[in-house]
Amino acid sequence: MTVGILQALFIWHVGLLFMILPGRIPIISDRPCHAVLPVRIRPVTVYLPIAELSVNILIILGMGAAVGFLSGMFGVGGGFLITPLLIFYNIPPVVAVATGANQVVASSISGAITHFRRGTVDVKLGSILLAGGLVGATGGVWIFSWLRRLGQLDLFISILYVVLLGSIGALMLQESVRAMRRAKTNQALPIKRPGQHNWVHRLPLKMRFKKSKIYLSAIPVVMLGMAIGVLTSIMGVGGGFIMVPAMIYLLRIPTNVVVGTSLFQIIFTTAYTTMVQAATNYSVDIVLATILMIAGVIGAQYGVRVGQKLRGEQLRALLALLVLAVGIRLAIGLIVTPDDLYSVAVGGLSY
Amino acid sequence: MRRLALTSGLLGSLLFGLTAPAAAQVSFGEISPIKETLEIGASSSEIAITSDFRGADLTIFGAITNADELLLGIGQYDVVVTLEGPRDYATVRKKERVLGIWMNTGALTFEQVPESYSIASTRQIDDLENQAPAIDKIGVGIEHLPLNPVGYIPNSGLISEFRDAYRRLKLNSGLYQRDSGGVRFVSSSLFRASLRLPANIPDGQHMVHAYLFKSGNLIFQREMPLRVVKTGLEQAITDAAHERPIAYGMLCVLIAVVTGWGASLIFRKD
Repeated sequence: MTVGILQALFIWHVGLLFMILPGRIPIISDRPCHAVLPVRIRPVTVYLPIAELSVNILIILGMGAAVGFLSGMFGVGGGFLITPLLIFYNIPPVVAVATGANQVVASSISGAITHFRRGTVDVKLGSILLAGGLVGATGGVWIFSWLRRLGQLDLFISILYVVLLGSIGALMLQESVRAMRRAKTNQALPIKRPGQHNWVHRLPLKMRFKKSKIYLSAIPVVMLGMAIGVLTSIMGVGGGFIMVPAMIYLLRIPTNVVVGTSLFQIIFTTAYTTMVQAATNYSVDIVLATILMIAGVIGAQYGVRVGQKLRGEQLRALLALLVLAVGIRLAIGLIVTPDDLYSVAVGGLSY
Repeated sequence: MRRLALTSGLLGSLLFGLTAPAAAQVSFGEISPIKETLEIGASSSEIAITSDFRGADLTIFGAITNADELLLGIGQYDVVVTLEGPRDYATVRKKERVLGIWMNTGALTFEQVPESYSIASTRQIDDLENQAPAIDKIGVGIEHLPLNPVGYIPNSGLISEFRDAYRRLKLNSGLYQRDSGGVRFVSSSLFRASLRLPANIPDGQHMVHAYLFKSGNLIFQREMPLRVVKTGLEQAITDAAHERPIAYGMLCVLIAVVTGWGASLIFRKD
């Protein structure tokens, strides 16, 4: 088990090396570089027209590749990592969230295509999820603009991330540690009873989903889609890390179609969110998004290969630690006294 | 660091103008019947921001015409040159600890303040202020820029607190800059003003203001517009994002689709 983790850590550091490599000769950048890593990289700057600042292209490429690598390794969209990383790198949260959603479109498509080929997408279920998702995303963008006017957007994004990443990271860690302990003592897995019914299955408006082979009410599906849609537009995430467990444990949808169907829904929700954010907040940075996407899809290919070599519970434990680390970093940012208590925003009367 | 050379053939014409007042010279102590004026010029009325823009220096040349030779000799004339960025509302927010978390609790919006402000002068603007208490009315200098809050403010003590914070933040970000030795006389009445354009300068219509002070009193003022434009791709992207947001959003999604799809084609294993 430890060998596996060490191996993963080694590969993770090779991934990080990719970020360091172009800047072997350390030249101190004259710009404030609050990078994730204390690495000095020769600045090859690129101007981000929407974020309205110059950034080091190598750091953005490295960020995209590292997150792509992790998303390929763990089979997640990576939005929940890219958005906080961009915020740590001083990209305005408004731009980070909208651009993060755009990046998730690209990273979800490759995955969804693979699932389509395998025939593990329930289009009917996905479409009903999507209907909820579009409503949720519209509402989410409205909340987003409203919070921005109030001046509480950055705080709200951080709190939402801390709460979600903290709770999901803790749950995942607990579950994976238990699984690893069981594997050590060679205990059999507790038998799951997929036929078991809960309150969800007593709701009206039942529909038959042929692909998933279930008979389920549309209400919880739409509700789940809506919740994910809100998260997509406020946090810039695909929401797979919440949708997949919810579909398995709450809706009792067979695991084989869950990932493909959620990816199908995520593509359209994130694409729609990108459009709405572009139209209302003008906050999608096409240059930033393109760099992230290209680095991301390449990084993901290597991540997938590494992920296949690792055991499921180890993978989940690593992902849980990563999720917790990002959550803790954001929580620290909320608690530590800021350098300057004041901030200034330029714009119209309301903003 | 590029230097926007704004030297010009203008110099010649300015110098030519200077010869005239010698004839009309009046004896010391009397008030000159001809008023002193100021001429300024730059070789370009536009500054282009390219993708590798990391700030620039703007040099403005100018001359005092009809200057009193004696007053000029003892340094009674002062020149202040400012570059004001486009004006917009600015909201200053203050954080306070609420339940252990730092959050914005107070906010104050100032009406129509320049987004960027660069000032160069022959000497400290505060020295001028001692002699001329009216400088606040003119609003020259970072400390004297009018910062009028919008809406009803219950506590007036709060306003000065937010004003100070605004000036400090703007100075720290480099958008507001001052150089008390930025204006130098190259000859008796010909001066050169160096203004620093920060890397994060906003685009739009900027305004160069030149002020002439005589014994601490403002006697003449001149303006010159200067456009700062984002060039090439940057400008095209900004324009598209704001003017055709739907098409821009579609393009963003299209790039994502092509990238994702392309990756799955290129890296297809079977």
